[in-house]
Amino acid sequence: MLRTREDILEGRLRIPSGCAISGIFSKSGKPIGGERIIKSIEVMHDRSNGLGGGFACYGIYPQFPDHYAIHVFHDNLASKRECEDFLLKNFDIASMSEIPTRLTSGVTDAPLIWRYFAEPLRHRVVEDFCDEDEFVARRVTHINARIDGSYVFSSGKNMGVFKAIGFPEDVGRFYRLEDYEGYCMIAHGRYPTNTPGWWGGAHPFALLSSSVVHNGEISSYDANRRSIEPYGYSCSLQTDTEVIAYIYDYLTRRVGLSQREFADVVAAPFWSAIADMPKDRREYYEYIRAMFSNFLITGPFSIIVGFEGGMMALNDRLKLRSMVCAERGDTLYAASEECAIRVVEPELDRVWAPAGGEPVIATLGRPGGER
Amino acid sequence: MPINYIYPDYEIERDYDKCINCRVCERQCANEAHAYNERRGKMLADSSKCVNCHRCVSLCPTRALKIVRTAHTFRENANWNGQLINEIYKQCDSGGVLLSSMGNPREYPIYFDRLLLNASQVTNPSIDPLREPMETRVSLGAKPDRIERGADGRMVNNLPPRLNLSMPAMFSAMSFGSISYNAHESLARAATELGIYYNTGEGGLHEDFYRYGPNTIVQVASGRFGVHGEYLNAGAAVEIKMGQGAKPGIGGHLPGKKIVGEVSRTRMIPVGSDAISPAPHHDIYSIEDLRQLVFSLKEATAYTKPVIVKIAAVHNVAAIASGIARSGADIIAIDGYRGGTGAAPTRIRDNVGIPIELALAAVDTRLRDERIRDRVSLVAGGSIRSSADLVKAVALGADACYIGTAAVLALGCHLCRSCQEGKCNWGIATQVPELVKRLNPNVGYRRLVNLMNAWNHEIKEIMGGMGINSIESLRGNRLMLRGVGLNEKELSILGVKHAGE
Repeated sequence: MLRTREDILEGRLRIPSGCAISGIFSKSGKPIGGERIIKSIEVMHDRSNGLGGGFACYGIYPQFPDHYAIHVFHDNLASKRECEDFLLKNFDIASMSEIPTRLTSGVTDAPLIWRYFAEPLRHRVVEDFCDEDEFVARRVTHINARIDGSYVFSSGKNMGVFKAIGFPEDVGRFYRLEDYEGYCMIAHGRYPTNTPGWWGGAHPFALLSSSVVHNGEISSYDANRRSIEPYGYSCSLQTDTEVIAYIYDYLTRRVGLSQREFADVVAAPFWSAIADMPKDRREYYEYIRAMFSNFLITGPFSIIVGFEGGMMALNDRLKLRSMVCAERGDTLYAASEECAIRVVEPELDRVWAPAGGEPVIATLGRPGGER
Repeated sequence: MPINYIYPDYEIERDYDKCINCRVCERQCANEAHAYNERRGKMLADSSKCVNCHRCVSLCPTRALKIVRTAHTFRENANWNGQLINEIYKQCDSGGVLLSSMGNPREYPIYFDRLLLNASQVTNPSIDPLREPMETRVSLGAKPDRIERGADGRMVNNLPPRLNLSMPAMFSAMSFGSISYNAHESLARAATELGIYYNTGEGGLHEDFYRYGPNTIVQVASGRFGVHGEYLNAGAAVEIKMGQGAKPGIGGHLPGKKIVGEVSRTRMIPVGSDAISPAPHHDIYSIEDLRQLVFSLKEATAYTKPVIVKIAAVHNVAAIASGIARSGADIIAIDGYRGGTGAAPTRIRDNVGIPIELALAAVDTRLRDERIRDRVSLVAGGSIRSSADLVKAVALGADACYIGTAAVLALGCHLCRSCQEGKCNWGIATQVPELVKRLNPNVGYRRLVNLMNAWNHEIKEIMGGMGINSIESLRGNRLMLRGVGLNEKELSILGVKHAGE
């Protein structure tokens, strides 16, 4: 892994990327095989350039549903030892193992990739005066900022992120994604405009159980970054996805907004549209826009957010990036291009392009979804 | 003793081929620089009386006049320039403090001119403001730490009272007294039409202007002139003036000759008495006292209006602002050393304070480091000369800007910097009735509206080029700025990268 090399660019520079994204969600919780999401993202091969691909898969660890599944890239055995010492001081580790991979021609320079099913030590959580999620978030931040050579890239419950440098379909095969199945599968193919060499810089970007894949280049980046950092986040990767993931985490987990309200903050309607709304809607948006003006995101983006029991697709308010949604039975699809949906499900009940700023949200056990 | 003769810096040049002896220049000049000489049958001018305000030049029907820098000079000296020598002569004569007006004119660095803006290319699209909504509306005020939800689960509006601006600009504090009734009327009407705010300064609010209250910020300064309950409740916000960029650390002095009729009534002081604002507020000797005044004013206005605390940009401005953000203030206004004034001691104006760009960047960074930036809004002033300066100030971290000098320029000011004389030929900084009436508020307010609308168009154009469609996403967005010709220290204080990085 190249992170410790002096010439590495990831995190030193801001890296705009074009991208492909795709997400499949079963509202009834019916398992979706990993090969389906590989097939979906593969058809958008030209939207990536081989410099990063990744997946977020939900419902894949039914054997440890209540443990935090911590996925870590270790540069070497020394950093692995240091990281594991730290984990053991803070967690009860129910299981630890190397994440199974297969030799794949398009994926090289692999670090040591390990997975730990962990439960926070009760007395450590109490000492921190916080809840378990916050405890885990702090420990993850500690490892990523302080333990040189180890990087946690997934830390949710009953979910996992798998990512690498390479085309996304190669990355999926590298991680043997066909061996996993779950209720939600999200994929990302990256087209960065320079040459990042670090696996951690690939997407999805995840914190706890929420994960974000993103296509676009947000023009509000530095305003958002400088607004979220005071709340204890450190945007060390300097990517849009990272700052969006932190805003999502802050607004939903710490402020207590719903996914819908999060969408209303980051892709707020224009004042001209708000002026024409009925009184209660108008007052709601006036409040949202005054209270959370720092977290408005401008510039092109389409994102898919995975969270415990749900998935949300959202475009910027001008819809400056393509995104198509579709439904078949109780399954929701969202992708940069319609072909990525048709290739896995040729027969669809409904296909539509959501308007800018209009979130498409699906959650488990609500077959009708929320729109 | 002829030693006290000071040769004028500027000379009036008249083209006698064009001059028709209409004597307009003579009638227009309150300084009496022009006179008709019966014996010689032509107009003559005394350049020593000229302040270079261009009134005569602008109104000469045959364009016979111009004002030129004199070629007369002292023996060249890189250390003792003519201005310094003349100031010595003046002080030997008067034994007094030198007075000046408007902002610091000296050749200090102008950081706005060393900052360049970004634009989109390829990886993200620029946005055409003629085709797509482009939002420059901003809301100023404090924010609570958390949301609250009602029984139905909906968020309830727990925001304290705020100011809503159609664009991120307001007219700076200029008192009735330092400027004329017609100037105030122009500002009040323009602010109302634009959907922004103007500021009374420390001179009270003339009863005719109470109807512009929803677009008025009423100021409370150290002299408390014109302050009473009705006044505090007349405006949309109350501003405590702790300092002014043009004269940090000192008070104000409006000479008795400007305290005439309406000014005297509005200020609630006798006609002809000097209006002296003390250097400090005598009830504020530290930050905890400020907190008490903030809450006194909130009590007096039943917590219905935001309170602004205005400070001059001085060395320790970041720490001061951090204290103010914890004092209950809703908005902090910072005034840079280039900010204007109706009168200030020259040595203070030219040597005290720091540039607004550095002060603003330092304050915004400090408040974020201390995690209190969201508690307050920041307003920057002194001096914002154009829409580009304004955009750069927002990118450095300002929520909005105060516009002072540019606004008086809109009213006809030609920056002759002689406001302290009270003989403003443009009817702005004067209380002489025949001069005041030269400023027609119907024209004045329209020019202010035009200027702000023009800036707003330019702001939208610049934002669109960056791919930003809400001014809120530009606030503190320092990646949109690059420095040119700045050293590492300057770049680090401004929090921007150098061009090419």
